[in-house]
Amino acid sequence: MARLNLILLVIAVACALATVAANHKGRKLFVELEREQVRMRQLEVEWGQLQLEQSTWAGHPRIEKIARELLGMRPPVPGQIVSLEARQK
Amino acid sequence: MKFAQSPVLLQRLSPGRSRLVLVLMLAGFAALIGRALYLQVFQNDFLQKKGESRYERQIEIPATRGRIMDRHNDVLAVSTPVKAIWAIPEDARLSPAQVRDLARLLEMDVHELSRRLAADRDFVFVKRQIAPDVAGKIAALGLPGIHEQNEYRRYYPAGEMTAHVLGFTGVADEGQEGVELAMNDQLVGRPGSRRVIKDRRGQIVEDVESVHPPQDGKDVALALDDKIQYLAYSQLKQAIAEHRAKAGGIVVLDVKTGEVLALVNAPTYNPNNRIRLVGAQLRNRAFTDTFEPGSTFKPFTAAMALEKGSFHFDTPIQTAPGKLTIGTATIHDAHPHGLLTLAQVIQKSSNVGAAKVALTFKPEEMWTTLDSLGFGSPLKLGFPGEVGGRLRPAKTWRPIEQATMSYGHGISVTLMQLARGYLSFAREGDLIPLSLTKVDAPPLTGKQVFSAQTAHEVRAMLELAVQAGGTAPKAQIAGYRVAGKTGTAHKLEGGVYADKYVASFVGFAPASDPRLIVAVMIDEPSAGQYFGGEVAAPVFAQVMAGALRTLGVAPDAPMKPLIMAEAVKEGV
Repeated sequence: MARLNLILLVIAVACALATVAANHKGRKLFVELEREQVRMRQLEVEWGQLQLEQSTWAGHPRIEKIARELLGMRPPVPGQIVSLEARQK
Repeated sequence: MKFAQSPVLLQRLSPGRSRLVLVLMLAGFAALIGRALYLQVFQNDFLQKKGESRYERQIEIPATRGRIMDRHNDVLAVSTPVKAIWAIPEDARLSPAQVRDLARLLEMDVHELSRRLAADRDFVFVKRQIAPDVAGKIAALGLPGIHEQNEYRRYYPAGEMTAHVLGFTGVADEGQEGVELAMNDQLVGRPGSRRVIKDRRGQIVEDVESVHPPQDGKDVALALDDKIQYLAYSQLKQAIAEHRAKAGGIVVLDVKTGEVLALVNAPTYNPNNRIRLVGAQLRNRAFTDTFEPGSTFKPFTAAMALEKGSFHFDTPIQTAPGKLTIGTATIHDAHPHGLLTLAQVIQKSSNVGAAKVALTFKPEEMWTTLDSLGFGSPLKLGFPGEVGGRLRPAKTWRPIEQATMSYGHGISVTLMQLARGYLSFAREGDLIPLSLTKVDAPPLTGKQVFSAQTAHEVRAMLELAVQAGGTAPKAQIAGYRVAGKTGTAHKLEGGVYADKYVASFVGFAPASDPRLIVAVMIDEPSAGQYFGGEVAAPVFAQVMAGALRTLGVAPDAPMKPLIMAEAVKEGV
């Protein structure tokens, strides 16, 4: 009888410790998840800012200015345009 | 000595005393049980709440406003987080040096900052919408009573180019103008919230329950093509400067889908920096300002005549001697022309010819056609402040009014309405609804206003107008057949026609199978030239040529350099 009680006590203590450990682990994972979610938000924000930056760099006024002034480009005059017929398949 | 042998125990006690002790002890237990019952059963909810409030926190989860993009998914408007700096004036006891540091970081006047910090309130915004890195530096100063909070700021990378279409948002990220206002419901994000348990260090340990997940605003894909938009914007800007005009607008429509590919107005503004804005800059003229269209209206008169069957493409009309008196008023042509065919009336833009044609219509039938072309009522594109122009009921028309309406006076339209009216010629006589947003499945046919035959004949007339002998040879484009009509209208000022003009041009290309409509309006050109063929037609040609090239539309005419003929002066 006393032996059974002892075994049950040991089991109960082990279960209690396991519960505590699982809870702790759960919280740690939760904190990690939380951190990753914050990071996700930050990356989304950064993506938005990069998109903004991209469209600023790729703005038509800027491209036209560079093409005309830096690279000396200009639109072709009518005589220089050769239009090709699409080949029938 | 053991307790059991204590002599005290031998003494006899009165039964009353022991009973009293028993009763007192029972009463004590009863009180404890009662209190426990009270706390754990009756007060349970209240106490639980109190307890939770010690470690539970309700956190707001911000949602971002949707982006606005053009048809190629290039970003036109995007929200990005910024910070607002606020203060509790009572706590913010800063030394003069600290105030100076803060003012420098915020780029604020020191006196203005001190005034705000001295305010007699519990909460005061010091400055809103500041960049996150600046906010970081302010936080690093560790000033007492100075706090920050997250908010969003809207950026428009294309700036003034797309200002009128997009509009802008207020400090609280809500739409105030343009598409931002028109589609606010779709764009706006709904912030969510969650209840969590925080530990001693303020870290979130557990979700109690997710109350509301945040809903980010939906992205909106507009029909705009930002290349064509830029083209239209730069050409308009140049034309306004060159002709010292007061204002102007350009609309580019896709004939097949009814999409608005470009919409620009001048004067414009930079939506990213809205200090010193005036009303004139804000107006989206293509939607909110009406003008008398002048001769650009004549093709509608010609189409009605063809539709009735009373006139044909080459029915002769006597326009000599270049004026026509109706009642007490006289209509003039800028140059007398003599006997013209209906097609030549359009080509040479004769007011007398158009008036003579219009006088053969019944007012009601003319009104019905103009109404079904969309004149006189707003287009209902959802744009704030859209107006419908003026088309008076047919019953009130006098003959002189009917005559002047034939060449676009006594009626007022918006540029958008005018462009849409030309859809009926560019298509097979039918009209489809316009769309500011990208259209995936365009309607194949719309509401039939004219027959296909009529549309083809008007197209041929409009092609004549841009050729030698027409009013707008400057609207020609190498490699493409172009059709279009000039307009030069006197402006009404206080009910009298002033010596100010609106030069316009509406046209489409390629004429063999129209893809695009471009409508150009220049308000009060004042550098000498004011004819539509001189002022608006070259802008049309530049925008149309660039847009056709951008879209890769196959040329329908030989690519040879253009020989410009002298334009015929149109009737004003």
